[in-house]
Amino acid sequence: MADDTTDPAGNLAASGVAGSAPRAGEVDAAVEAALSEPGGPVAPGSTGPMDGAVGIEMRDLRRSYGAVRALDGLTLTISPGELVALLGPSGCGKTTALRALAGFERPDSGQLLVGGVDVTGVPANKRGMGMVFQAYSLFPNLTALDNVAFGLRLRRMPARRRRARAGELLELVGLGAQAGQYPHQLSGGQQQRVALARALAIEPRVLLLDEPLSALDAQVRAQLRDEIRSLQSRLGITTLFVTHDQEEALSMADRVGVMRSGRLEQLAAPEIVYGWPETPFVAEFVGTVNRLPGRLIGADTVEVTGQRLPVLEVGAQGLAGDVDVLVRPEAVVVSPVPDGAPTAGPGVLGKVVQRSFRGATTRVQVELPGLARAAVGGRGSAELADLATGDASGLVVADVPTIALGDLAPGAQVRVTLAERAVLVSARA
Amino acid sequence: MAAVMTETLPAPAVPAGRPGGSRAWEVIRAGAWRWVVFLLAAIFFLLPLVASFEFSLRDPHGGYSLASYRQFTKMPGFGSALWLSVKLALMAVGITLALLVPTVTLVHLRLPWLRRVVETLTVLPLVIPPIVLVVGVLGAFSSYGPAWLLSSPVNLGFEYVVLALPFAYRSLDAGIGAIDLRTLVEASRSLGGNWATELFRVVLPNLRTAVLGAAVMTVALVLGEFAMASVLLWVTFPVWVVSVAQTQAGVSVAVSMISLLLTWVLLMLLITLGGRRGRQANILGGF
Repeated sequence: MADDTTDPAGNLAASGVAGSAPRAGEVDAAVEAALSEPGGPVAPGSTGPMDGAVGIEMRDLRRSYGAVRALDGLTLTISPGELVALLGPSGCGKTTALRALAGFERPDSGQLLVGGVDVTGVPANKRGMGMVFQAYSLFPNLTALDNVAFGLRLRRMPARRRRARAGELLELVGLGAQAGQYPHQLSGGQQQRVALARALAIEPRVLLLDEPLSALDAQVRAQLRDEIRSLQSRLGITTLFVTHDQEEALSMADRVGVMRSGRLEQLAAPEIVYGWPETPFVAEFVGTVNRLPGRLIGADTVEVTGQRLPVLEVGAQGLAGDVDVLVRPEAVVVSPVPDGAPTAGPGVLGKVVQRSFRGATTRVQVELPGLARAAVGGRGSAELADLATGDASGLVVADVPTIALGDLAPGAQVRVTLAERAVLVSARA
Repeated sequence: MAAVMTETLPAPAVPAGRPGGSRAWEVIRAGAWRWVVFLLAAIFFLLPLVASFEFSLRDPHGGYSLASYRQFTKMPGFGSALWLSVKLALMAVGITLALLVPTVTLVHLRLPWLRRVVETLTVLPLVIPPIVLVVGVLGAFSSYGPAWLLSSPVNLGFEYVVLALPFAYRSLDAGIGAIDLRTLVEASRSLGGNWATELFRVVLPNLRTAVLGAAVMTVALVLGEFAMASVLLWVTFPVWVVSVAQTQAGVSVAVSMISLLLTWVLLMLLITLGGRRGRQANILGGF
């Protein structure tokens, strides 16, 4: 399986959310370059950037199944050529939103605009959208080439041109040699590549990706993720991508929309969603977050762990007095306390109970005897489950650069402070 | 990492095996029971066949010969009876498939809650004795149906469609269950396909084996059905065989052997074709 080897770049990108943080302006620049550079570094043939990529607008979409509201007033705008990822727990409506855009679900109310034209009532087969499904979507009776050519055949393209173009697209996804193979002879990753080529063959105005990587194993997933992203930005196709994997969403998308109960909680660039979550739900759903008890002093300052920190205005509205302060592990500073050192000063004293090496950083788990309300939420909380802690102690996790770890071994007495930066607060959980 | 990997535990000593004798004896005993059951079943199924074959080879003038096998093609009525049966089989297959393929597709895609109901309906012909069915149909048609239908074998063809329902439906249902129909249909939709594309480019090609299975089952059924044809007074192949048996038993058994062989070849063909396409489910659909 030649395609299953992962290149070093793929490995790096897979190494976590933290790795994608320094990409602030890069993505936008890359998209702009791809859009403004006709021809570009695209494979030979007619697979150049789309002329006139279209924008998408969802206006107040609603859809209920009995008592369940899958879409509850979803409003979303996607710019031409942009890749937006919808992220959320299962049942949050992200798939329904995608299927509504594809034309497989009819919204009960609301409007869908593609390129400024209302397509709400247009049947799926007239929408000209390419879709990649989760798995098993290739026609088992057709070869890879014929699968890719399927849409062209329906468009009555002459056989010779059709085959030539399908061949080009297979080359584009790196499967030129597998053209004659049937789906069951291809690996999962290869099947999804063929599915991608098939979706692109009809020169869709919009590309829809319905968790296309979720059935693949980690290595193939990381590699295909990067390939889909680079192909998408080279071709400049407006793309909606649905996933429950936050790493996928954060590393691929221009903007990430976090959904909950049929609505958007936040729609912003990945760095923003991770660094400045607008709601506690987003903070806990994306990445790991520490909840520490704090107290609001005025509207824009919070007192937490003996420090005074500025407050991000998004979460603070209508709150006063006791609050929870939400802090990412990398914003928690853990410093060793030598025996007999004075215990005064900012911060909270605690004891290291566990540390797990993750490459560039090491996650250190600290027990805080004096702070029972401290807790860990989000993705990292699952790792704590098996660690028995006293009821009276709280927990906090910190990501410490591995080279600065020193002797923060389990059992070490430490002082925990927070990095000097604005923090998100929420009502007491 | 490598250092950790190379630390090896001392290999645990292989426990001394129990005396092998009793083990081996158990295996043989289990195997023996299997053989006994197999032989009993084989005798039950094969003995009548062997006996019939032996009987068909007996020469009226003593000894063995192929006389019966040479004779039957020249018997009066053979050609017309066989032709009628073939026509009925083709008609039944055509109607069954035209009726069931869209139905099964629709039930799987749009009306999954109807699946139990349809399944129950298709099993009814197995529960209702054919004779009841034929008398009922006869009664219904003679009072309400058009006269030409009653006086034409087409009538019988329709009843064979009913009889074939359980087998054909099961085969198609299993075949369609083996593919991810919804995803395939949606893929075809998003690529620009309409309902005809779905049916002819997506469903049918991927149901090839199941369709073949349904067809062979129907053909086998029509070629072997006696009661209905006899009651409706049509000389189909089985009716002819029975009538010949009354005068020339040897010939009738010879013909039966040949028709059995044909059906068997048909089934073998089906299994071979089915085996070539790994993803398809059991073509006989649970039967």
